[in-house]
Amino acid sequence: MAVAIAERLSATGQVNALELRGVTKYFGALAALSDVTLSVRPGERRAILGSNGAGKTTLLNCITGDFLPTSGTIRFFGEDITYFPAHERIRRGLRRTYQISLLFGGLSVLDNVYLACLGVSRGRFSLLRPRRDDPLLESARALVHAVHLDEVADKKVAELAHGQQRQLELALALAGAPRFLLLDEPAAGLSPAERAELVAILNGLPAHIGYVIIEHDMDVALRVVESVTLMHEGRIFKEGTPAEIEADPEVQELYLGHGHGA
Amino acid sequence: MAAAPVAEAAAPGSAPRTSAAGGIPTSGWILALVLLLMPTFASDFFLVQVFGWAFVLGTIALSLQFLAGYGGMVSLVQMTVAGFAGYMVAILGTSGLAQISLGWPFWLAVPTAIALAVLFGTLSGALAVRTAGIYTIMITLAIAAAFFYFTRQNETVFGGFLGFNGVRAPVFWGIDWRAPVPFYYLCLAWAAIAWGLVVWVVRAPFGLALQGIRDNPRRMAALGFDVTAHRIAAYAFAAFLAAPAGILLTWLNGQIAPGTVGIGPVIDVLVIAVIGGLGRPIGPFVGALLYVLLRIFAMDLLVALGLSGQRFQLVIGLGFLLTVLFSPDGILGLWERHIRPRLAGERGGGR
Repeated sequence: MAVAIAERLSATGQVNALELRGVTKYFGALAALSDVTLSVRPGERRAILGSNGAGKTTLLNCITGDFLPTSGTIRFFGEDITYFPAHERIRRGLRRTYQISLLFGGLSVLDNVYLACLGVSRGRFSLLRPRRDDPLLESARALVHAVHLDEVADKKVAELAHGQQRQLELALALAGAPRFLLLDEPAAGLSPAERAELVAILNGLPAHIGYVIIEHDMDVALRVVESVTLMHEGRIFKEGTPAEIEADPEVQELYLGHGHGA
Repeated sequence: MAAAPVAEAAAPGSAPRTSAAGGIPTSGWILALVLLLMPTFASDFFLVQVFGWAFVLGTIALSLQFLAGYGGMVSLVQMTVAGFAGYMVAILGTSGLAQISLGWPFWLAVPTAIALAVLFGTLSGALAVRTAGIYTIMITLAIAAAFFYFTRQNETVFGGFLGFNGVRAPVFWGIDWRAPVPFYYLCLAWAAIAWGLVVWVVRAPFGLALQGIRDNPRRMAALGFDVTAHRIAAYAFAAFLAAPAGILLTWLNGQIAPGTVGIGPVIDVLVIAVIGGLGRPIGPFVGALLYVLLRIFAMDLLVALGLSGQRFQLVIGLGFLLTVLFSPDGILGLWERHIRPRLAGERGGGR
């Protein structure tokens, strides 16, 4: 165990945070992902763009273990996690947010974040109630603060505005010691002001936390990443910097549409 | 909500997570007092056959309520776990069936029986937790039915069709625990402990995580929780609640036989929990008291109306139907929605 941890620690910074090789996923006869090979450095922030059905969310689901790829390997900081159960991946520092907020509507904001902190702690099966100065509770409060939700900390999640739920979704992904985030359309349904806030939160993350972000809104996506991968029909179609992608005429034709580039 | 209370709640000294626990309401203290003083005014019949039985059935139904209400898993195996514990006490301890019973002293037989029943409940859970909804019900019902038929056919260990008679509560500390008053307190004590354990656990990290898994298992896995292990642990905890109740039920009846763990009693436990209300741990006890009263007095009522006394099942069934149709959250739900608001009318606005 100790050796495994030492290996993981020494691997940090030397190997890629995420290393996908030939990842393929079939749903029946439909190839949702075909031979996806992708590597992301630790701390790198990358957008995955593509039209609906391009396989972006399927790719995220394979990385987090929501379902297993049909073939191919997935390495996380050098470790082969292809067949790990989801919770084992999370305990290694991988985190994700969902396109449609998956929150606990009947619990308060603070309890939601507390659960997220608990999930990556040793107290998961504890029968002792947390004390007022419980470290997990303290870190939950700090996270609630980090995503600007202090004012609604004790409200039930079901009572929150959509934008606040999206912020909470992000807080859940930041619990514990995340090393890499997978963000599935964090800006979906946000107002322009909320989008600006999201960009601020993402750009304010510690530099060692890298992420892959799926986002339809170019104004958000291209402002919070240093590299872009384009997907089309389950395959990787193009890779480059935001500037290259924005300038690419083929891409403009396909995804950015007319009247963009202001 | 105004700005001031919010700022106050966010202040470092406050503990929002414990606020839900609050204090015990006055009505709770009155109830506890009445239950404790019951032997001073109630007859032996009421103490044992009404309240003793209701506490025992309520505790078994509580273990179902815990799994269903907080874990989202409707388990029909809880009566079987309780019956298993009863069988173990009869087999390991003393009974009228001397050629089978091992005659262990109660202080050894009872803990061993509880441990074995918890193991049985945990294994049943391990089989059931990978399924959801109707399939959980089917698997646990299948285990319950298999155990019922097994006890009926197995003569060498489970005593076959007749089971074990003469299984009695022990005598210790100079108290004969089979006497009505001590036995009443024994049943009350375990019911109260089981209720307290559930109330405590659902606010502890384990219980909070269990409710998270009930609402959103996929998300919980994505937060680092081992959903399967957590659910199995919930079954183990529920079995720990049900097992002592099963032993008390065996002592109450003086016997354990296949009829105790038959499909009828298995369904009855579900009916009790649903009629009482799956939302809170007190619900199963309300349901159990009503069930016991109906079983005892509906017969007389039916006979008085010129119907067969055997029709009490019909009355219980109708009660179940009415509950499911008009108050899916049970009698407790009726209370919360209609009666309590009226009682607390002028006190509103405190939240």
